[in-house]
Amino acid sequence: MALSIKGLSTSLGGRLALAPTSLDFATGRTTVLLGPSGCGKTTLLKLMVGLVAADSGMVRFQGEPVVATNTAALRQRIGYVIQEGGLFPHLSARDNVALMARYLGREAAWIEWRMAELADLTQLPADLLPRFPAQLSGGQRQRVALMRALMLDPEVLLLDEPLGALDPMTRHRLQIDLKAIFSGLARTVVLVTHDLHEAAWFADAIVLMREARVVQHGPLDDLLERPSDPFVTEFIRTQRADPRLAAA
Amino acid sequence: MSAVAGRRRQSGTVPRIVRRTLSTVSPAARPGRGWGCLLCLLAILAARGVLAEGLVIGSKRFTESYILGEILAQTARRAGEDAVTHAQGLGNTAILFAALKAGRIHLYPDYSGTVGRELLKTEATDLDSLNRGLAPLGLGVAVPLGFNNTYALAVPEGLAQRLGLARLGDLAVRPGLRLGLSHEFLNRSDGWRGLKRAYGLPQEPSGLDHGIAYEAIAGGQIDLMDIYATDAKAHRYRLRVLADDQGYFPEYQALLVYRLDVPRRFSQAWAALSRLEGTIDAGRMTAMNAVAELDGQTFAAVAAGFLVKDGARPAAGAQGLWAKLLGPDLWRLTWQHLRLVLLSLAAAVAAGVPLGIWAQRSPAAARPILAAVGLIQTLPALALLAFLIPLLGTIGALPALVALFLYALLPIVRNTYSGLSEIPPHLRESAIALGLPEGARLRLIELPMASRSILAGIQTSAVINVGTATIAAFIGAGGYGERIVTGLALNDHAMLLAGAIPAAALALLVQGAFELADRWLVPAGLRA
Repeated sequence: MALSIKGLSTSLGGRLALAPTSLDFATGRTTVLLGPSGCGKTTLLKLMVGLVAADSGMVRFQGEPVVATNTAALRQRIGYVIQEGGLFPHLSARDNVALMARYLGREAAWIEWRMAELADLTQLPADLLPRFPAQLSGGQRQRVALMRALMLDPEVLLLDEPLGALDPMTRHRLQIDLKAIFSGLARTVVLVTHDLHEAAWFADAIVLMREARVVQHGPLDDLLERPSDPFVTEFIRTQRADPRLAAA
Repeated sequence: MSAVAGRRRQSGTVPRIVRRTLSTVSPAARPGRGWGCLLCLLAILAARGVLAEGLVIGSKRFTESYILGEILAQTARRAGEDAVTHAQGLGNTAILFAALKAGRIHLYPDYSGTVGRELLKTEATDLDSLNRGLAPLGLGVAVPLGFNNTYALAVPEGLAQRLGLARLGDLAVRPGLRLGLSHEFLNRSDGWRGLKRAYGLPQEPSGLDHGIAYEAIAGGQIDLMDIYATDAKAHRYRLRVLADDQGYFPEYQALLVYRLDVPRRFSQAWAALSRLEGTIDAGRMTAMNAVAELDGQTFAAVAAGFLVKDGARPAAGAQGLWAKLLGPDLWRLTWQHLRLVLLSLAAAVAAGVPLGIWAQRSPAAARPILAAVGLIQTLPALALLAFLIPLLGTIGALPALVALFLYALLPIVRNTYSGLSEIPPHLRESAIALGLPEGARLRLIELPMASRSILAGIQTSAVINVGTATIAAFIGAGGYGERIVTGLALNDHAMLLAGAIPAAALALLVQGAFELADRWLVPAGLRA
């Protein structure tokens, strides 16, 4: 297991944000955390990278328990992408991507080579690299954010609604590109979304959550054919496309 | 401003001659405990003037004191004393006394009544009583110069005739009279409060700067003001002095207040100074005041005229605004002003940015830090200076720098705090998730993102400091304030403008410099 959690829970502002939860994220597979807003899926993601402190339980990374002393080092082995990219506005796309590698003292030549490789992988035109985030489109920003997350060749990639702020066309294009990238990289990916179609598109396994708890964990077919709870059916039904549009 | 001006601030100075300032007699010496290395550093920088090894003579910030100080200094020089410094216009009695006790100055001219009532809190004003009171402090009084410069109240001649005012007692039945009294007179134990009791006066006076009071009384806005026996302007403004029929005001014999080691350390000079005893009568003093104030002669020239006794006087220099603006002291004042602003600003940045970071990092520390720097801002500048002088044991540039440093903190701390606080949480988290440690996040992400806000805070502090630095002149730290204070005291609008215009120009320059700095220092991505 690249990543596993056991009995992990936390509360934020006195409210239970994640009830004790145990999950395994299989190496090289894409797991999608799915559920309505406020269900705890983002909290779970933040717990795994140490942005939120746990009340109980533990996170294991490649079998190694994550504790305060090794969090910073382990973060360098995890790529993390959020909605809108989380790019630093004062740094150019190039500097955003190279930030951590430079901080770790990697050679400039290696950084250049890796940057070119990633630009090619994410299909970002190289002439956009000197631009600042504010001078890029939403889709371009997400490609840069992905480059930044992949720069140090992480073993795990965590993405929190990476496509949530994009217009439908861009979103669709990026969905296709992202899936190709994921399968090409063969990395462990955990992706958060509230969109069933996006989950179905990316997921090897889906974790459906509701009110700080996991409702069902399994492949899409399990959710469709063997729902563990009426909520699963209800969630899927409301997210199915409008029948009139489906007919067209 | 008037709160610090001296007793009998017979108007102020003629700045052409105000060449030496207190920065030359304020060696670093004793920075206040607990201020730490920062202040030590500042003190060393501030003290890069002359360390006054020789005799230092002080004077208060009004014409008569300037002239007497100059007479004393020239007398000491003529007696062969090598290094004589005249630390001119040091503000009020308390400041002079603190400087004397601290050994920053060795002697200065004062009045027996002031020494008795203000410093020793005693009614007795004869030399023996004063010396008994001062001896435990290592100080003494000597060399009565020959005139009694007592307080008096004066009314316009026309009004006096109309109402039949001749004595202070006549005021008791005129409750409608409007009194404009200097702040020091209002608050002195031998000033208004005692006078009101002694004569049963019903009026409620308002506090007014002495230099402004002449204009106010001439313009009919007040009916009565405080003056003193050797006031050169009383005649010019056609004022009638009301007789002190109950003998309320004490004797104000002009004399020297000195450190007891002076006669031994500077024996030649002291012998010469002693010969000044009884040489200046009230008429002589009034005439010298008039020559300085009304004819615009320099204090040095007035003093020289008195000492050579040949009556040769250089032509009076009634200068226009332009000449005053570009006076030979312009570069010295500019340099002093800039030094005050830049040093205090540098210290405020060095302390304020870390304080702002601390406040933002620790919610428990935020409230006390922001409250403290905000509170400092509410302290009146002169009160802060008066508090700092005894604390630091010196006058001149050091307390001025500390005061400016303290005032500059608020905008810098606040803008650092808010600049960092306004960084969106998702960007803060992105930096953490990348694996950057705390220090690197601050340096590479948060401070650059907050740079615009921090720079704006520094700019605000700098511009405010350019203005606030003008008050440094009150404690002998120089700068453009020297001209402003002088202009105010002499009621000389051209002189006032000659100080205010360069100060305003400097403020604009600083503003412009920071706008350029914004372009250079703020990352381009934040301006896109």
